[in-house]
This record gives sequence, C-alpha cells and structure tokens, in this order.
Amino acid sequence: MTAQPSFTPAIRHLLVMGSVVATLALSGCATTGGGRTDDPFEPVNRAMYAINDPIDKYVFKPIAQAYVDYVPPIIRTGINNYFNNIDDLFSVVNGLLQGKLDKAGNDMGRVMLNTFPGILGLIDVASDLGIPRGNEDFGQTFGFWGIPQGPYLFVPLFGPTTVRDGTGFVLRVLWSPTTEIPDVAVRNVIYGLGGLDVRAQALGTTSLISEASLDPYTFVRRAYLQRRQYLVYDGNPPPLKDDE
Amino acid sequence: MKILLNAWRGLAGLAIVMLAMPVALAQEAPDVMVKRVANEVQQIIRTDPKVQAGDQQRIREVIETKLLPNFDFERMTALAMGRNWRQATPEQQKQLIDQFRALLVRTYSGALSQYRDQVMDFKPLRGDPAATDVIVRSEVVRPGQVPVQIDYGLTKTASGWKASDVIVGGISLVTNYRDEFNGQIKSGGIDGLIKTLESKNQGLK
Repeated sequence: MTAQPSFTPAIRHLLVMGSVVATLALSGCATTGGGRTDDPFEPVNRAMYAINDPIDKYVFKPIAQAYVDYVPPIIRTGINNYFNNIDDLFSVVNGLLQGKLDKAGNDMGRVMLNTFPGILGLIDVASDLGIPRGNEDFGQTFGFWGIPQGPYLFVPLFGPTTVRDGTGFVLRVLWSPTTEIPDVAVRNVIYGLGGLDVRAQALGTTSLISEASLDPYTFVRRAYLQRRQYLVYDGNPPPLKDDE
Repeated sequence: MKILLNAWRGLAGLAIVMLAMPVALAQEAPDVMVKRVANEVQQIIRTDPKVQAGDQQRIREVIETKLLPNFDFERMTALAMGRNWRQATPEQQKQLIDQFRALLVRTYSGALSQYRDQVMDFKPLRGDPAATDVIVRSEVVRPGQVPVQIDYGLTKTASGWKASDVIVGGISLVTNYRDEFNGQIKSGGIDGLIKTLESKNQGLK
C-alpha cells in the first residue's frame, strides 16, 4: 500500500511560482493603502488575533507546556535539532541567493556534519564544533533584492507574518525534504512535531508579551516587523524616523 | 579609644569616596560601563543565595541599586512618546516617566534570572568618540541556537552615560512602545495613556 504524496512535483512548482507572482503583485499595491501603510488589513488582522488568542491559550499553549514538562530534554533537543537542520539547509540556499558565500559555506558545513555524523540532524554536531548557525530564509532573500514586505498579516494558528514572509514560508514548506517522505501518516506526525517544537520554543515569549504590552496586537506587530527588518539587513537596519 | 575609632571610620569613609572618584571624574566610556554593570549583576545572580532562592525583595533591591541608576527613564519615556512628548504637560510627563519605569521594572525583573549562565560577548565601540548618543553592542551566545544580539542605546548625561534603549535581536524596546503609546494616545489622549499604564501596573501587582 503506497500512500500518495499530496502534491505532485509539477503542481508543487506551479503553486510556488503562483505564490511568488502573488507576492510581487500584493507588495506593489500595499504602499497605496489608507491608514497604517504596513497594516492595511488591521481590522481583519485584529479579528484573526482575537480568534487565535483563546485557541492558543486553551489548546496549543497547554499542549506545548505538557510537551516541555513530560518529554525528556534529550528527545526535545533531538526534535529541535532535526528542524533546525532543515532550516540550515534553507539558510544555505538563501545565503547563496543573496551572494553571502561565507554564510552559505558555514551553513553547508553545518548541514553536512549534522545530516551524516549527526544522524539526519538529530544531533547538532556542528554547534559542538563551534560553527554558528546562519539564519537566512526566503523572506529575507526577497527583502535583500528589494521586494517590499507587503501588508502585515496575522494568521490564526500561525502567527504574525507579511505577504513577503508568508510567501517565503510557503516555499519553505513546499520544498522541504519532509514533503519527500512517501508515508502520509509519518509526514503528518513530523509536521505536527514541527508545530509543537516552534510553540514550545516560544513559551517564554508569550508570557512576556502579556505582561509587557498595553495592546498585545500592536506589540506583536511592531516586534515582528522590527525583527524581520533587522534580519533582512543582517543586524544593521537603517534607523527609523522619530514618528514611524 | 573612641577617638581612634572615629578616626578609623573617617579614614574608611574617605577611602570609599576616593575609590569612587576616578569613575565619576574620568567619565567611564559607555561600552566599559555596560560591560561592568552586566558583569556585576551577573556575578550577583550567580553568587547571591537570596537571589538564587527567588527572594523577590532581594531581586528588586539588586535591580534598584545596581541596574536602574544606569538608566535614563526620562529620555526613554520621551523617546517612546515621540512627538507626543512635547504635547504633554510637565505633570503628565512626570506621571508617564513614573508609570513607564514601574512597568519596565516589573515586567523585566522576572527575566533577570535568565542571565545567570549566559555568555555575554561585548563588541568594541564603533563610531564617533565625541557622540552623545551611542549604541553598545553585545552578543549572547547559546549553544545550538542562533546568537542573540543585545544592544544598548546610551546617552551622555551630566552624571555619566545612561541607557535609554535596549534592543534585543533587533527589537527596540523604545520603538515597540512608541507604537503602543501612539495607539493609546489616539484613542484616549495622553491622560488615557497614563490611565492605561496605571491600571496595567495595578494589575501586575
């Protein structure tokens, strides 16, 4: 019994190309919207945020907390390493796409070490050898080549993003090595673990947001946009004007 | 006997004053200051038994005496207010500074213990040595994770360099609050913002 992959390669590439075109189109018209230029869909986004908040609070956060409380650290570290290794692979690709050869070389070394001696990424051999992780992704590559971030979006069960970064994320998922796993059940378990890993990593952050912010929606939006801008400029973003 | 004791006390007092003087006179460089304070606080977190036991009163004391004197909350509040700062009356400004300070102290004192085992790597200061606003860069290294850059925005004041912004992984605290303050002011004016800050601080107690 062979399970069918959900997308054939041809359809996958069509989806990818379609999403890139959509980004370019949406990013282009974003700057002309009224109100806040970076969040023209604020009312919709706020509604999405309001939907997401209780779901996260009563479902995903407790699950992530239970995962941290009951699953031994060595297993959680292995799972985190596995996904980091895939991120590193994409960091190689995106380093190359931006001409950052040193960074790409570093990340390539990490992927080689962690995939083979590190057993498919489960053991982070490269970090033990002191090779730092790069942190490049498709959203940053688009930004590097001057594509605007486009409207800010808050997606329930996913979180803050922009049209540009969301498109990058779609590419990352569609091209992920995980999609090559033929067994749907195994693949879905891996996706589930990936989500769990991401949420578990963010446990500390969400409690800080609720304590520090006057309006969590605004707080998350500004923090996300600042962070992405910083990553696009590799840690040296141009300064904001006083009233931005 | 008594005279001797008093003389000794006087001398000891003098010695302390003299020890403190070079720092005050020479105007410690901003990067040296940040590094010294960070190391001092980390040392306390690592060695003080009360801090380790989670004694909130002691933790507050460490923050009040070691960290806060190195912050310029007035400048921080003014930066977070942006152009609205000039619209506020002196009385409103004072309330804003007090409330913002309280909010920051309360929310970030919980994070203090996380500094315990962090390896902080301070970068050499770049830029104009005569500048009155500088950014001191540091990096926190965590095994297996992308390092986090923590930068401190400092302003030169009459009493030495004071921090007016903290930028964690590219997220500036002041810039983040500027959006929040702006939003509150748009819907309820400056008094509305003060009220929101007050009730936030009440709720956190």
